[in-house]
Parts: sequence; structure tokens; C-alpha cells
Amino acid sequence: MASVPSDDPGGAPLAAGQYAAVPASLEERAEAVAGRAGTRRLARRSRVRRPRATGTLRKGEGFFGWLFVSPALVILVLFVVLPIFLALYVSFTNWSGLTPPLASSVKLVGLTNYKTLLTEPGLYQANFAESFRNVFYYVIFTVPLQTALALSLAVLVNNKFLKGRGFFRSAYYLPSVTSSIAITVIFIYLFQGAGVVNSIFHFFGWRQTPDWIYDQRGLFTLILSAFGVNSPSWGGHLVMGLSAWQWLAGPSLGMCVMIVMVSWTTAGTFMLFFLAALQQISEDIDEATEIDGATPWQRFRRVTVPLLRPTLVLVITLGFISTWQVFDQSFLLGPSNPTDITPGYLAYQVSFQDSAFGMGAAVAFLLFALIVVLTLLQRKFVKEDLTK
Amino acid sequence: MSARTYSPPYKRALGYTGLIVLAVLFIFPFVFSVVNSFKTTAQATNDAISLVPNPVSLAAWKQIFGVGPAAATTDFPRWLFNSVFVSVFITVGRIFLDSLAGYALARLRFPGRKMIFGFIIATLAVPSVVLLIPIFLVLKQFGIFNSYEGMILPMLADVTGIFLMRQFFLQVPDALEEAGRVDGANIWQIYWKLVLPVVRPGLIALTILSFQASWNQFQFFEVATISPKYFTLVTGLANIVGGGLSAGNQFPLKLGASVLTVLPMVILFVVLQKYFMRGATAGSVKG
Repeated sequence: MASVPSDDPGGAPLAAGQYAAVPASLEERAEAVAGRAGTRRLARRSRVRRPRATGTLRKGEGFFGWLFVSPALVILVLFVVLPIFLALYVSFTNWSGLTPPLASSVKLVGLTNYKTLLTEPGLYQANFAESFRNVFYYVIFTVPLQTALALSLAVLVNNKFLKGRGFFRSAYYLPSVTSSIAITVIFIYLFQGAGVVNSIFHFFGWRQTPDWIYDQRGLFTLILSAFGVNSPSWGGHLVMGLSAWQWLAGPSLGMCVMIVMVSWTTAGTFMLFFLAALQQISEDIDEATEIDGATPWQRFRRVTVPLLRPTLVLVITLGFISTWQVFDQSFLLGPSNPTDITPGYLAYQVSFQDSAFGMGAAVAFLLFALIVVLTLLQRKFVKEDLTK
Repeated sequence: MSARTYSPPYKRALGYTGLIVLAVLFIFPFVFSVVNSFKTTAQATNDAISLVPNPVSLAAWKQIFGVGPAAATTDFPRWLFNSVFVSVFITVGRIFLDSLAGYALARLRFPGRKMIFGFIIATLAVPSVVLLIPIFLVLKQFGIFNSYEGMILPMLADVTGIFLMRQFFLQVPDALEEAGRVDGANIWQIYWKLVLPVVRPGLIALTILSFQASWNQFQFFEVATISPKYFTLVTGLANIVGGGLSAGNQFPLKLGASVLTVLPMVILFVVLQKYFMRGATAGSVKG
């Protein structure tokens, strides 16, 4: 459940490259085992095998096949497929969470929950709109930031003339192995009013530092107001319970902390994707372009980046999939700053705190629908085969 | 040797400076957490940036280890036990169930295999955050909400792990199984005695991924349990900071608890670095 789905049915494409050393040792191993069994001749002919598409069933394959997949299959059916359908049902009810969801006291209310969120002005609609606005800015800022940071780290670490590369690579990867909750707690401390970050700013002479975690002011509005631009007359126009000026405000300062924190956490993982790809770029190509007189930046821009394109698409895709779902960080930051509340957390809050599980399920399905639509759009516009 | 072998000293200096500044940025948040967990609440609040606790206070760590009156409100020793207990069960379960399913999908030909494969791919499309409320419904319906069974069962198998193992099994040479068949071994014996030992690198990667996923798991355990006696370090910490057990401004306690949560993974990482990094690109991304 914790892992982010990869679009690629065969596991991440880089995995195959990374494990390239495996078949050789496997063959040796096979040879040893087969030799013991007196069939060395067969082992010499050994080839990496693909599952047979046709042919006859070997003895017991049908039985053992089903026996082997059944336990995992049962778990996936019970805890992924069944819940989805049950939740779809609940999103059309007024279930309060107190009885079992299929109890007779639970009433079907049709599309009421969806209508309340999408078309009826009120608190639910305003919260719903705000959560989507928040996550939209979160995604739009986090994905480029974490991708750029990961690529920079990879390029820096990939320089083979530097010593201690292993140490630096580990240092950058470290946050990726740790709990997102613990990291959020640490960042709340670093960014609190009199925290480490503000102490550093004070040292450099910036006195009027904001109280980052609680600050709801949007980045765009702050920049505009620095130039004397404030909300125009149309700015108060309500769109889904949120004023136009609020829609356009940009990520709040509180949200900016979340964006920086998550980019900091995930960059190490994505760095490894880029590193694996960089190590496959032939040195000959690099040298050839250098002899041609290309500057390092031209080389990077014209040679390295195009060769990294498949990895770039993979990293961005994985980035989108995980950022739309952000929950843990919002769980800790959202209660004290509404601009940090994302749809994932709103669904939880509405369900478990307001006991409106039908409404919460509806929020979750609208998020699901959004992710599906955006994924399909991406497929249409970025024609990249991630399985190659 | 090309000209690239020599990079000018100023460039190297620039490279090192970049690497070191970034390393400081990546490591210092952890350093500050450790240092501030040994400060008094007053010093941690007003003098966050100092790297010297003055005076050194063990109050936070006493509470974490269950000593003193403040410890009555938190039960870190039990949460630590829960984290270990649940993570070990889930990891062992995934090693068995994921590798069994991965083996069947990679090496066995049985009616319905393609259908099952397609089905498993389809479940990948379901974002885990969308499952939060639904899984609560199912746990409630089955009567295992707020129990160890409810925490462990739904996590016993995962699609990423199945694919990872399938990938490793695909690379096993035919001859190995052929040899077993000649000797008259049945499919279970071939899987268990011949093939499984050969995919040890895959099992190690799967073990690390599973342990990491369950140790750091938050959202699922948060909806699967409600009593503090079922909290893990992660859900306990989250509830101290933002939930029902909200502990006000006690930064040293919160940071100490964060350090306790992070430390086991950091130690494992330092010891098993190469396996961690190998497994990292195999489909698991946190964020």
C-alpha cells in the first residue's frame, strides 16, 4: 500500500538494467545445481527463459499455478477491489461510520453527496474547492522542483573525478528511507516562528520573517502586493465558494514549506533513477562532443538531456502519481493551516471527524476521477513507452 | 586518455563545494533533531539553532523510555514493540506470498494466468489514498478494525513486490527447473529448493522494501486503528503532534520521538546501503 504504482507492468524499467549482473551468476548457480543432479549437458544449453506462450501443460502446473497466486490474489481482492466497490456504494449513502456499512439503517441518498460538493454553495463546497486549489499548486510546484533537484544531484554525484561519491550519494538518499511523519515533525520545528530557518534569516539581516507553518498568504499575491498590485474588483467574484483572487493566490507560504520538504525527501530516490541512466550514457558520446568543441552546458543540454528523456518522463510520471495523493504531510500541517489541506486529507477529515463517510468517499472518488483523467491526457500527449 | 581526465582545480573546488553544501542541507535536519531532543523545552523553543544543549536535559528521553510521571500519557515502549511486531509479520508475509505469486506468473503456465496478470496490473491504477476510507469500511465489515489482524492482513501482499519477484524469476535459466524435473521433484520442491535460493538478491530487495514500507506506514495504520495500544511509533508520533494526544509545545519530546522513529531505518540503511539503493528504483517511491 505504501508503494506508488508504477505504470510499467514489468517493474521499473531501470530495475532490469540494474540487475543485469544477475543472469550470469544465476547460470553459474544453475550449472552447479544441475551438475550435481547429473545433467550438466542441459545446463550448458541453458538460456534465459520466457514463459511459454503455447504448448502443453506440464504435470501439476495448473494446480500449483493457482495454488501459488491464490493467497496474494485473495488479499488483493479483499483489500483493494472489494473496498473500492464498497466505497462507491457508500458515496451514495449517508453512512455515519457507527454501524457496519451494509447495515439496514444506512440510507441511499443518490447523488446528494456529489451535488453538495460540486454545485451547492456552502462550507463543504468551499472546503472541497480549496483542497483542490491547494493540491493543484502543490503538484505544479513540487514535480518540477523535485525533478530538477534530483537531476542536479545525479549530475553532481556522477562526476567520477570527485572523491567520496558514495558518501554523498548516501547522504542525499538518506531522507528517502525515513518516515514522512517524522520528517514533517522535524520540518515543523525547523520552520516554526523562532526556529532554525528563521534564526538563519535573522543572522543575514532579514528581521520580518513570516511564521511559515501558519502563514496562509499566497506566494503570487505576496509578490504582486510587493509591486503594489492588490485584488482588483473582479477578485471577489466567487467560483465554487472561493474568490477568484484566492484561486489565483498561488501556494501559501505554509504550502511552500510542504513543497520544499517533499522535494527534499524524494529527490534522493529520483536521483538514483537519473544516476542509473547517466551511467549508461557512453563516454564516447561525451568525448566526441567535447572534441567537437561543445561547452559543458551545450553538452548537457543537447546530448545528456535528450538521452535522459525516457528517465525524465518516468520520473515526472511517478512524481505526478504520488503528489496528487499527498496525505501524511497534510495530516500534520492541515489542522493548523487550511491552505495545507489536500483532497486526500479532506476525505479523511470529513469522514472521520465529521462522521460524513458518504461525503468523504465522494471526495476520494472525485480525486480518483481527476487522477484518471489527467493520466489519460498525459498518455495522449506524451507518447513515451515506459516499458522499454 | 582524453582531456577530460584533468578538470581544472577551480572546477573541482566548485564541484566539492556544491556537494558539501547539499550534504549539509540533507543531513542537518537530523542533527538538529538529535541535539534539540536533549535541550529543555524552553531552550529548544527559544534557541533552536544552538548546537549545544545547555543544560543537557534528559526529560524527553526519560518520557520516551517510559520513566517518570510524564510517561503516563505516552507509551513509546509499546509503540516501538508494535512497530517491530507488525513490520516483521508483514515482511515475512510478503516474502512468501509475493514470491509465490511472482513465481507462478513468471514460470508456470496455467489457465487464467493472463487474466490474473491483467487484474494485478489494474489494481496498480488505484491510488492508495483513495483506498483509505474503503479499507476502513472493509475492516469494519469484517470486524477486524482496531486489531493486529486488521493492521497486518491487508498488507501481507503487494503488487510492487509481486512484480519485483516476477522480474527475478524470469531471469532464472530453464535448465535449473529442468534438472529438478529430471530428478522427479514436484513444482513446490523445484520452487522451494532450487529456484528460491537462486533469487536471493530479489528476496533481499523485497525484504528491505517491505520492512521500510511497513515501518514508515502511516495512512493505513491511522485508519485501521484507534486505540493508543495499537499505535506504532509513526502513528503514535503523529497523534502526539497533531491528533488526539496533542502535546502542546514539547519540541524535545516530539524531536526525540522522531529520532527514535527514524533511527532504526538509518542504521539499517547504513549497514545495507547497496541493497537499499538497488531496491529503490524498483517501483517504490515515497512522498
